[in-house]
Amino acid sequence: MKPFNIVLLAFFVILIIVTSHWLGQQSYTWLPVPAALEAEPVGDLFSFLVTLGSVIFLGVLGIMLYCLVVYRVAKDDHSDAPAIRGNTKLEITWTIIPIFLVIWITVYSYDIYERMNVLGHLSVVQHHGPLDEPAYAAEPKTLSGPTETIEVIAKQWSWTFHYPNHKVTSSELHLPVNQRVQLKLQSTDVLHGFYVPNFRIKQDIVPNRTIDLSLTPNRIGKYQLEDSQFSGTYFSLMKADVYIDSSEGFKQWLKLMSNQVRKPAKNDAFSEYSQPKQTKFDWPSVTPATPPLVQSSW
Amino acid sequence: MYIEDKNSHQTHWKEYFSFSSDHKVIGVQYLVTAFIFFLIGGLLAMIVRAELLTPQLNIVSRSLYNGLFTMHGTIMIFLWILPANLGLANYLVPLMIGARDMAFPKLNAIAFWQIPVVGILLLLSFFLPSGTAQAGWWSYPPVSIQNPSGQFINGEFVWLLAIAISGVSSIMGGVNFVTTIVQMRAPGMTYFRMPVYVWTVLSAQLLQLFCLPALTGAAIMLLFDLSFGTDFFSPFSNGDPIIYQHLFWFYSHPAVYVMALPAFGVFSEVIPAFARKPLFGYKVVAVSSFIIAIVGTFVWVHHMFASATPNWMRIFFMASTMLVAVPTGLKVFAWVATLWQGKIRLETPMLFCLGGIVMFLFAGITGVMMASAPFDIHVNNTYFVVGHFHYVVFGTVTMAIYGGIYFWFPKITGRMYLESWGKLHFWLSFIGANLNFFPMHPVGLQGMLRRVSSYDPEFTGWNVLASLGAFLLGMSTLPFIANMISSSLRGHKVSNNPWNSTGLEWTIPSPPPVENFEEIPTITTEPYNYGEPSRFSIDSRTI
Repeated sequence: MKPFNIVLLAFFVILIIVTSHWLGQQSYTWLPVPAALEAEPVGDLFSFLVTLGSVIFLGVLGIMLYCLVVYRVAKDDHSDAPAIRGNTKLEITWTIIPIFLVIWITVYSYDIYERMNVLGHLSVVQHHGPLDEPAYAAEPKTLSGPTETIEVIAKQWSWTFHYPNHKVTSSELHLPVNQRVQLKLQSTDVLHGFYVPNFRIKQDIVPNRTIDLSLTPNRIGKYQLEDSQFSGTYFSLMKADVYIDSSEGFKQWLKLMSNQVRKPAKNDAFSEYSQPKQTKFDWPSVTPATPPLVQSSW
Repeated sequence: MYIEDKNSHQTHWKEYFSFSSDHKVIGVQYLVTAFIFFLIGGLLAMIVRAELLTPQLNIVSRSLYNGLFTMHGTIMIFLWILPANLGLANYLVPLMIGARDMAFPKLNAIAFWQIPVVGILLLLSFFLPSGTAQAGWWSYPPVSIQNPSGQFINGEFVWLLAIAISGVSSIMGGVNFVTTIVQMRAPGMTYFRMPVYVWTVLSAQLLQLFCLPALTGAAIMLLFDLSFGTDFFSPFSNGDPIIYQHLFWFYSHPAVYVMALPAFGVFSEVIPAFARKPLFGYKVVAVSSFIIAIVGTFVWVHHMFASATPNWMRIFFMASTMLVAVPTGLKVFAWVATLWQGKIRLETPMLFCLGGIVMFLFAGITGVMMASAPFDIHVNNTYFVVGHFHYVVFGTVTMAIYGGIYFWFPKITGRMYLESWGKLHFWLSFIGANLNFFPMHPVGLQGMLRRVSSYDPEFTGWNVLASLGAFLLGMSTLPFIANMISSSLRGHKVSNNPWNSTGLEWTIPSPPPVENFEEIPTITTEPYNYGEPSRFSIDSRTI
């Protein structure tokens, strides 16, 4: 190859690597701010995938564009090109490298999945149900400080959170910062999904089964819980506010709630359902559950 | 110069409305019918995207919205992509292997005529008191069988019936194609002399035969749960809704390869023709179709990483899903290597295939990202997934179908399409598709869920962009429709091989005579022999 071409090629390879690295760094900003300990390794994983993916995308695209520019001929040129059917060395190389890359990604991902399990702040998924499958991950390391247990009850189309140790029932999910929580996910009707984007954790909820999901919130603030598994007509409205409070704030909230009388929660699905039908295509819907009786600050 | 071949045969238009058993007529019937449903499915998408222009619900009701996206997905998969692929395959496979027709011509016709029945059933369900099925094209229980209208004949019932009929039609097609390819190749046409397109159709149809029974079984069980009081999937009566998910995805993941493999086949035919070079690494590309099909049967749980699946299962299927990227990547490298040192002409078929490969590259990379279970748990059921699979089904498969239609249009009609409108169609489609489906990725990463009829105002910007792209995509079909109609009636007549391409179908007149070949040829050369001494004159009978 001519020296000029070697320099040009080197320039583009460096450009691709620099761009991919930059995209990998940017990728942290494409995700919502992390609010749980388990979210951080997922950010690193995503950055790694973006960097690697960019190298491959830009590299292959670059070669394609090069060909389209350099090897293009006139429209009426129907003559044949050289009959190159293959190149064994090249083909072996471009088989081995992807196999290696794929193994690398798999091992790294497995490692991240395990870290989310074994950080001492467990993200173990345990099922208690008719098919009772044992969890794969190791048992959680015991921590100083108790795990807060919260029952999460999903129904069409509301979320209710019950704190059994404090006799509090709320339509808002309050969590103490830097403390492990165990959510016991339940549904009374159809499949739902527990998903807080800032936690990077998602788990489908199956009726007549309790699924335990553990995590460690680590950033004080207000976030949103959504129903991630399609659950019927008003599924888009099935949301709840999530507050990560300081330890003091959390204790205060519990104390305040336990003194309240229970009233029906505000429920967007129930409100919308109660409005008169608009058109012919407003097809029959499952009746939303009556808003649960909760303690609240309003 | 065009020389009229007295053996070319113009089909009378009435034949296309009849129960013809000629694979060439059936092929066109499939293609035109499928395209009509593509437009209908596209219209439903336009309404969805119009609703998503603003964060609040303001155009349709919640239940209609759920019906719209359910029908959009169902129609696009079962009435556009699968039948359109079958249309091209039906037309081309017998020609490419040197046969006079498919192995079972009448069965072929029966399989086709079930498609309009499926379509009419689904469209009529809009007018039932219960409305259409409204639980997405997955139809997961328990929500899919809640039946709030209380009617026996409800949208879900009709949907399940339509899916069952579609399954029967596809299984018939599977039997026909596999038998044809295995038994009816011309003398000398060994497996490793078949065009890659035939390899991909064979792999895809084997997948249909092997995996469809799982879906058909699941649909029948769901129908019984819905209508006859059984409890297969009822969580409160010792049934298991997760079993439905396994049965559903055991077919529906391989289904994406049924959709994608023939598209890869089209790329493998068009790229060599417009680079004037043999397909690079032909044997590997051919065999990789089989490897993709086999490995692709063992990855289905990656759709269930956030479901009630145990940790060990998630890890296993993460590994198997990563593996399927390797044979797929090999194909992409082979296509790019075919371009290298070629003589490239950028006519419409080539543009669609190149655009398709670029979009597939992007889709493949986001696919590998989602194979990683910890990342997938964050984006599962968000718009990130919707963006990924639209880059596959539109950006790769639909672009390939368009490319194939343009490439083989002169063979099918005996006339050439208008190149300038073809190029316009390409650019509108490519820009529209990227504008429509790229924004779904950032918005999914931010946590916007799929299937929602209203969303958080912070997602508005990307959604507006996506909706504008969708409307542009809608417009892009217009030059295509005009071109197809006008050119088939009044386009310049062409001879046997206007592209000077290799392949048996280009050795016979355009359009082909009813029996395809005057004499069944004997094959003595390798496929894609561009630049090789065995490239005789274009009318050779021994190739």
